[in-house]
Amino acid sequence: MPFSAESISTLLAIAWLLPLASFTVIVLSGRALGRTGKFASVLATAAIVTGFALSLVSLVIWHGSDHATAQGGAPHEAAPAERETHASLDNVESGVHSGAPLIQLVAAEVSTEEGGYTADAAGDHDTQKLPTYYAGDWYALGVFGDLRITIGYYVDALTIIMFCMVTLIASCIHFYAIGYMHDELHDFTDSEVTLASGEKLTRPGRFHRFYQYMSLFCFSMLGVVISGNMAMVFVFWELVGICSYFLIGFYIERKSASNAANKAFIVNRVGDFGMIIGLMALWGSLGTFSFGDTAGPDGETRAGIFSLVRPKTLEGQANEHRLVVPDGMVQWAAHEQVAGVVLDHPDDLAAARSQIASQTPDWRDDGYGYWLLVIAGLGIFCGCVGKSAQFPLHVWLPDAMEGPTPVSALVHSATMVAAGVYLVARFFPVLAPEVLLVIAYTGCITLFIAATIAITATDIKRVLAYSTVSQLGYMMLALGLGGWVAGVFHLITHAFFKSLLFMCSGSVIHAVHSNEMTDMGGLLKKMPITAMTMLVGCLAIIGAGIPLSTIGFSGYYSKDAILEQAWSFASVNPMHNALFFVPAAGAAITAFYMFRMWYMTFLGKPRDQHRYDHAHESPRVMTTPLIVLALFAMAVAWPVFGLNGLIESARPAGTLATADGGALMPNLIIPNEHGNHVDAVRVPAGLIAFGTAMFGLLLASAIYWWGLVDPNEIRRQFRAAHRFLLGKWWFDELYEVIFIRPTLFVSRCISGIDKKIIDSLIDGLALATRKVANVWDAVVDRRVVDGLFNGVAYRTWDVALALRVVQTGKLRQYVMFIVIGTVALFVLVSIVRSYALAG
Amino acid sequence: MILAHLLNEPVGVSHYLVVGAIMFVCGAVCMATKRNTLGVLMGIELVLNGANINFVAFGSPYLQRGGSALGLEGQLMALFVIVLAAAEAAVALAIALNFYNNYNSIDIDRGDQLQG
Repeated sequence: MPFSAESISTLLAIAWLLPLASFTVIVLSGRALGRTGKFASVLATAAIVTGFALSLVSLVIWHGSDHATAQGGAPHEAAPAERETHASLDNVESGVHSGAPLIQLVAAEVSTEEGGYTADAAGDHDTQKLPTYYAGDWYALGVFGDLRITIGYYVDALTIIMFCMVTLIASCIHFYAIGYMHDELHDFTDSEVTLASGEKLTRPGRFHRFYQYMSLFCFSMLGVVISGNMAMVFVFWELVGICSYFLIGFYIERKSASNAANKAFIVNRVGDFGMIIGLMALWGSLGTFSFGDTAGPDGETRAGIFSLVRPKTLEGQANEHRLVVPDGMVQWAAHEQVAGVVLDHPDDLAAARSQIASQTPDWRDDGYGYWLLVIAGLGIFCGCVGKSAQFPLHVWLPDAMEGPTPVSALVHSATMVAAGVYLVARFFPVLAPEVLLVIAYTGCITLFIAATIAITATDIKRVLAYSTVSQLGYMMLALGLGGWVAGVFHLITHAFFKSLLFMCSGSVIHAVHSNEMTDMGGLLKKMPITAMTMLVGCLAIIGAGIPLSTIGFSGYYSKDAILEQAWSFASVNPMHNALFFVPAAGAAITAFYMFRMWYMTFLGKPRDQHRYDHAHESPRVMTTPLIVLALFAMAVAWPVFGLNGLIESARPAGTLATADGGALMPNLIIPNEHGNHVDAVRVPAGLIAFGTAMFGLLLASAIYWWGLVDPNEIRRQFRAAHRFLLGKWWFDELYEVIFIRPTLFVSRCISGIDKKIIDSLIDGLALATRKVANVWDAVVDRRVVDGLFNGVAYRTWDVALALRVVQTGKLRQYVMFIVIGTVALFVLVSIVRSYALAG
Repeated sequence: MILAHLLNEPVGVSHYLVVGAIMFVCGAVCMATKRNTLGVLMGIELVLNGANINFVAFGSPYLQRGGSALGLEGQLMALFVIVLAAAEAAVALAIALNFYNNYNSIDIDRGDQLQG
């Protein structure tokens, strides 16, 4: 191999650090870059495009090397052993509700996978291999005994896919923003900010600052993706948060923008609080943050979180990477028993250690430590809820529309919200089945709420924002149902069509200078490229394709994969039926609101003639990225390109097998994702997905294109529901009442205490000190000290006055004094001498 | 009794010392009593030369019992004093002249501007 593993991590590291370099240069030189900062865009774009090239090179290297080809084929062309599994699955599918054949299914599955999972990384190529990864540390930030905090990397196919996706989309957005942000090149008059004098605010352009934050944003996101441990993820996670804060608040003078930026930041802090709890649970019990096994400075391999939670062998027997509670967590939870053992061996620590080690399996069987695993998973998921705008922390995302549209495109596709889904996917091996169920329900609720709100939104960017929230719900749902590939697949395809949709909407906004769809209409003739690329985006997001075939837009593949997984999950867990029906209904709603948006924008009569007359197609620097992204939105998921297989090769070890619920919900079954390729799952799920999408599409066409039904009439009929949806389910109002008002009340009380009690206390103290000082000054300083010094001075003065008499100025007198003095001295000396001699 | 003792002795250092002391006292009294500046200067000369007699007396080999090798230290010191006295007299006379120019008098009691 001309390229080793290190070359991939080095390439990605360079791709990761380039945006940081661009950020640093722009920060340091600022406006000096060209007359108006225009060079900043060249620099940032060059950095990210180079990053994309490097990511692409590493993808090629990865694809060309052994580990990827070993299982690179699409799951449709599974190994012979796997076909057997599908056959057995086929057999049991008919009687799936009886429950009994499921055990057989599980058994078959395990036996199939055994060959793959016990094979070494260096084994022969016929069997399925472990998803290989490269993990290591670049730099140790701190070493505390056995505990190490490092800057490291964890590179597997998922990392590389994410790198390619992020850098490609960010490159398109960088190009697009050169056109979109050109207003910022010179002094910018913000028409939405009125000064006290009644004039509109005019300020210097911030073109360079925009690119500066974009570079930092890309750097942070790539940092999250390449991170080799949770501590590093957390650092970049927060960096992503602060970048989104900067960019959402780009028009900082607008009150709404600064509020939205604050909201995004604060809501994310709520989620990050949970994340810190999860981090502490992992750190406290496992003593490592690393994902993969890394070589320490002494050359010995240190087990990472993944191999601790899903060990290859457990207690001397093959474990096939099934989820177990790690020893650290067991011993942490069973600390009373551990203390007992230690007390039994007061002098012999080694014996106590070995006894603890021998009893740990028993404690594990007793269920110790499982809740800790669940808490760790839930905690990490909390952070993802905040970042990926899941219910109940989804409120920040629609407000984030206050940022410039390229930022929205970046935030909503490749960076911020993708980070949450990415982390769930990356952390998937550690998530217990109960946690997965929580994730699935969170995603399910989110996708439904957001989809319904999108129906009534009239701001074109808000429609897309809610559609993002909804699609993120789909991803979380898929991951929660055990559909790891489906979730990641949808993350990638969604990134392409959502960035496309946002950039199209930006192009429309750029043309008509309004976000409101009620100001648009009939723009198809004015801006055909934007309209057609947006149509591609809409078709991709609703998952348009020929049912039961492999021909369709990118969303077709990923959304069908999600619904297939939901179908097989619901069929083995009948009590969780909602997890299939809600997303199926959501698919219809998605199709409805997306085409409602497209029809309202591009078809029909212009609603605002003035804006229509001034509308024009965007410049080529903006339309070219649209076309590029439209191609990707259409074709990125085509089986020809093997994206699905590539994601499949990144699947974490041990997560393919069908899993039973843990200690908390033993009846839960997480089905094997590969079981979805049988017709018993694929056909009904595919048909339902197609049917619901078509229903939504036709409904939208009937109302907004053919005009069969007047939307105003519907609005009047369902006035309450309309108001409810227009009010966004009143989440903001609810939070206002539940959290914001009480918080403000408490802060007002506390500030009252501060002002009344603490301030008066401090003021009183200060006053008392002043009084004491005054007294002290009058008595001690002025009387005693001053009196002392003045007294000495006066005495000196008096003595001097007295001595003055002697200085007569008469020379003869002085001679007399000298003579008398000399004689007196002689007399004195003789007297003293006589006494001394006598003595 | 001391006088009788001196008169009975051969001439020695003590006799010279007595003469020097008388000259010194005369000079000091002259300085303390004369109002005329030139008189005061003469008193200074007497004082200095009273001291000179002591030097010469102590330094003379004839007067010393035993005596030293060369025995010129006293004379040398006396010569120094004479030179200094000459220089001092020159300066003092210049001052006296200036005093006279300013006050039209050489009454030393009128020069009392430095009184406290």
